[in-house]
Amino acid sequence: MFGWILLGLAAAVVFYFVGIYNQLVRLRNRVKNMWSQIDVQLKRRHDLVPNLVETAKGYMKHERETFEEITKARSRAMGAGSVGDKSKAEGNLTGALGRFMLVVENYPDLKANQNFLALQEELTSTENKIAFSRQGYNDSVLFFNNKIQMFPSNVIANSFNFTEEEFFEIEEAGERKVPKVSFSESTES
Amino acid sequence: MFWELILQNRRKSLWLFAIMAVVLVVLGFVIGSVFDAERGGIAGIILAMGIWVFLTLLTLSNGDEILLKVSGAHEITKDVHPRLFNVVEEMKIAAGLPAMPKVYIIDEPAPNAFAIGLKPEKSAVAVTAGLLERLDRDELQGVVAHEMSHVMNRDSQLMTVAGIMLGSIVLVSQVFLRSLWFWPSGSRRYRRSGGGSPQLQLIMIAVAVVLAILAPIFARLLYLAISRKREYLADASAVQLTRYPSGLASALEKISSVDIQLEAANQVTAPMYIVNPLVKKGSKLSDLSSTHPPITRRIKILRSMTSGADIGSYQKAFSRVHRKSTPLIPTSGLRKSKHIDIREATPEDKNAKDDKKTQRDVMDLMRAVNDYAFMVCVCGLKMKLPPELSEDETVSCPRCGRGNKIPVAELETIGAVVGVSVGPRATAQGDTESGSRSRELEYVRKGRGWETFACACGRLLQLSPAFSGQELRCKSCGKRVRIKY
Repeated sequence: MFGWILLGLAAAVVFYFVGIYNQLVRLRNRVKNMWSQIDVQLKRRHDLVPNLVETAKGYMKHERETFEEITKARSRAMGAGSVGDKSKAEGNLTGALGRFMLVVENYPDLKANQNFLALQEELTSTENKIAFSRQGYNDSVLFFNNKIQMFPSNVIANSFNFTEEEFFEIEEAGERKVPKVSFSESTES
Repeated sequence: MFWELILQNRRKSLWLFAIMAVVLVVLGFVIGSVFDAERGGIAGIILAMGIWVFLTLLTLSNGDEILLKVSGAHEITKDVHPRLFNVVEEMKIAAGLPAMPKVYIIDEPAPNAFAIGLKPEKSAVAVTAGLLERLDRDELQGVVAHEMSHVMNRDSQLMTVAGIMLGSIVLVSQVFLRSLWFWPSGSRRYRRSGGGSPQLQLIMIAVAVVLAILAPIFARLLYLAISRKREYLADASAVQLTRYPSGLASALEKISSVDIQLEAANQVTAPMYIVNPLVKKGSKLSDLSSTHPPITRRIKILRSMTSGADIGSYQKAFSRVHRKSTPLIPTSGLRKSKHIDIREATPEDKNAKDDKKTQRDVMDLMRAVNDYAFMVCVCGLKMKLPPELSEDETVSCPRCGRGNKIPVAELETIGAVVGVSVGPRATAQGDTESGSRSRELEYVRKGRGWETFACACGRLLQLSPAFSGQELRCKSCGKRVRIKY
């Protein structure tokens, strides 16, 4: 009788730990999945930048530095490896694009160009998508990291090599404030 | 925090389902007993359940398609309207929906939108052409976010379940009440129904009639009360998704300021829309019987959100506007919600007018692709003529009611022009230059009445009876058109 109870308890403990392990795997996969969603959008933005530069070049002959800055920021962002590096590089690219859009304000012909308008819409949408998927990604990372650090799941996490994931943070300060200066008048009443 | 809402919704669904099911069963039993005191009750219940099962199966199999078809919605791809498609995709990401909803455009000038989807995996958003014309990016985002919230919070699910129940109850009581008209003059029936005295039978009939009248009303009130609360919740979630309350607020302002009736809406589809399409301007609907909360109050709540865009801030604004602290959101959900800052407005182009024009162009192009032709009525309304229309019919203008003859030759010109502009767009400057150099356009007046003709650029020009000049300048391409008499 006593033996059976012991066996039952042991089985319960094993099942419990298997459950925790499976949950950890599920959470890690969710983080990965969320990251791939961000990555798709980041790649999309990298693809948009050359088109944007190409379209704008014909109109903006004297803005070579702006173009160079964007191109450099883009290649740095494409080369970045880890999540931490990426968030820094992508933040730079966001800043460069923001400054570029500021300069565009001085070129009404460019702003009337249909091709450019379509690209601008795509760019806005891509940046929104990055922002929205970043939220989901960071939430899932927070949840995963909490699980890894907390008892009893940390025991499993340590023995099966679950490592903490990095947050994806784009410094919003530069990115959000720059456009505000020039577009404030266009906000609705 | 959305999980709290979804859980709460599911609990509500169950409760609602239970209450309405009880009403339906009681109704079936009472009505059945009227016909046969002993076994009729059971038969009545079976019949009522049968109707309910039938309606459920019908809805589950292709309810979505039926609703979309009734509303006159057409599915679109990304190249038809990139902005709408992008905004839907953004909100899909923000709401964490597992699959991209299908995007539909309803060919109507009244601005409105709705979403359907029994499951978040299989949902659809539909917006009217009028909405696309009027709203800018942030506003459109707010509206789409509101609709996505309905899908995300399983509102569509709940309302569908409730709708089916309501439908069954209404159907059963209607059938019974109608059948009373053909009630054979009593006495024979009493004898046939074995047990029970005639008095009891009479009482049963009276109870059944009262129930048949009251049950649908009760069920409808229940349904509407839930529908109204869903709208507030969807507003709150939409604000949290977009992090921008002003977008939805000004969208609602614009929608409510337009006085065009949505023609495809009816009693069944009305609760789905973002703004109740059946409310006429100036008519005061009593609070209990409307599907939506008053739009002015919704706007007021959104406009008074100045500190944050999370669901807690919405709750605060809600209590402030209502001047009492009715909990809109379960407190367990509120506690978990963290503060979210309001974001900046999306920089909109300064030539926003042009932007709207392009949107309208897109809509017209879409119709042109479908072989539609365009004609401007005297009152200024641009009418879209479907290809099925025969050549010598007259069309009455939907706004002013005037009959207009279809000028066949002119329609052909327009068709040709639209065919050109579907291709790569020429820049605006190029157009005017080539225009001034090309041969002069000429139009010969037919009479002295109102006349409409198309410029080579596709713009329709009008001549009033009082016009007596020699020349007319096209407002969109700047070309001069000679008028001959």
